[in-house]
Amino acid sequence: MTLMAIAFYIMALITVASGFLVITAKNPVHSVLFLILAFFSAAGLFVLLGAEFLAMLLVVVYVGAVAVLFLFVVMMLDVDFSKLRQGFANYLPIGGVVALLLMTELIMISFAVADRGAAAGNEPQAFTADATNIETIGRVLYTDYVYLFQAAGFVLLVAMIGAIVLTLKHRTNVKRQDISKQVGRQRKNAVAIVKVKTGEGIKE
Amino acid sequence: MEATSFWATPWGWTIITIGQALAVIVGVMVSLAFLLWGDRKVWAGVQMRKGPNVVGPFGLMQSFADFFKFVLKEVVIPAGADKIVFLLAPLITFILAFMSWAVIPFAPGWVVSDINVGILYLFAISSLGVYGIIMGGWASNSKYPFLGALRSAAQMVSYEVSIGLIVICVILLVGDMNLSRIVEHQAGGFWNWHAFAPKTIIVMFPVMIMFYVSALAETNRPPFDLPEAESELVAGYQVEYSSTPYLLFMIGEYANIVLMCALITILFFGGWQAPYPTAGFIEPGSVFEAIHGLLWFIIKVVFWFVMFAIAKAIVPRYRYDQLMRLGWKVFLPASLVAVVLIAAYRVFGGDLI
Repeated sequence: MTLMAIAFYIMALITVASGFLVITAKNPVHSVLFLILAFFSAAGLFVLLGAEFLAMLLVVVYVGAVAVLFLFVVMMLDVDFSKLRQGFANYLPIGGVVALLLMTELIMISFAVADRGAAAGNEPQAFTADATNIETIGRVLYTDYVYLFQAAGFVLLVAMIGAIVLTLKHRTNVKRQDISKQVGRQRKNAVAIVKVKTGEGIKE
Repeated sequence: MEATSFWATPWGWTIITIGQALAVIVGVMVSLAFLLWGDRKVWAGVQMRKGPNVVGPFGLMQSFADFFKFVLKEVVIPAGADKIVFLLAPLITFILAFMSWAVIPFAPGWVVSDINVGILYLFAISSLGVYGIIMGGWASNSKYPFLGALRSAAQMVSYEVSIGLIVICVILLVGDMNLSRIVEHQAGGFWNWHAFAPKTIIVMFPVMIMFYVSALAETNRPPFDLPEAESELVAGYQVEYSSTPYLLFMIGEYANIVLMCALITILFFGGWQAPYPTAGFIEPGSVFEAIHGLLWFIIKVVFWFVMFAIAKAIVPRYRYDQLMRLGWKVFLPASLVAVVLIAAYRVFGGDLI
């Protein structure tokens, strides 16, 4: 139990500290790297909770794919961030209001958890005692909520098709490599032996 | 008993786990030194050279000599580099490469951390591996490393997709994500290994070859070594690195390659299972069983490592658009079809769990 507590405090500290550094770091690439650290330690917290499947998905999806895209975009941008920071004081009131709203919501949620949720003894129950995370999540997703799950999948599909339609340009005057054509090429269609008379060249 | 009660406490458990982790790290490091030597010998053999043959008998100590050469050199940090990220990048590559070994079962029961989501953990750690390369390329503040890092990131993200789908095939066959369960599922002779099981060989054998090619791409090995193609990008993301940071990149890369060999062995080649039934003459749970299993595991990993080395020696490098075409237009649809076929086999094939 003590080891668990030590691990929890270390990971929670890293999560909060790196979350803070995301917004205070001078260099945007450093911000993204701290964001990745925050994701990673949040995954560690999931493992401590016993939700190892969610933890791994968090790492695979967010750290392994989404954050790589963030990092790509931020690295390629050539923005003068000291210029962007000049309006900091002007935006401070709006930002403060949003932060206050979020804070109130978080406090309300934690009170609700203390009154009626996990802290009051109503922990979420695993499906059966010896079922793993994956089985439990699979049963919920593919049995109880299969239509909603499929609908979410369709929404993602439509979004993907939309993105492709917006960016796809059919250019006709470019040379493309057609590998099946290259492989399917045969000697009799490609090579011709021509006897050329001196000084005449090939007529075609 | 005093001693047993101490080892059962959290602190005793921590000491045991640290000891096991050290044993795995040292074991992998030492085998890496000899595998690297073997790698160079294979290329030398293909090119009709002698290869390393000066340090020690047959040149066996060459890797250790190289190690000391790198460590004793000066660490050069470019003037415009982001110093912290620059030095962090090789460390991340190195640490992640060794983190993955925690879940690899070397022999029956010989695994540091036998977690339920073992294969997903491996997948997660290998998807983090790209950060070492991107950070190194960006922090060098130089054009070739940056281009190399961009190429590598796109390449690794692309091939992870097909590796993920292939892994799903194996998970469907076994019905478990624990690597030890996956190996146990292939017990009783090579005709039960996933690559050769008669009922599924028509799908699983091509899938194994696809996994092998994707693993080459995932570890930036030739013919897919575009991130460090010396004729195009000098050495890609490693251009500005010298001395120990370069050594860390190098060891990390080789640890990843051997990890991929171990993964192919576990997923398709039966892990530590012998290619003949052992039920008659090996007692389950005995020390002999463990050593016998470890031996077979090592033989299979070395076999796949030689396959990696031969691919480097004999296959010319792909062009970047061909690489992307192979990943997205060939392997992704093919592995999706394989997932559908294996799922259909699980439902209609008869022998459900």
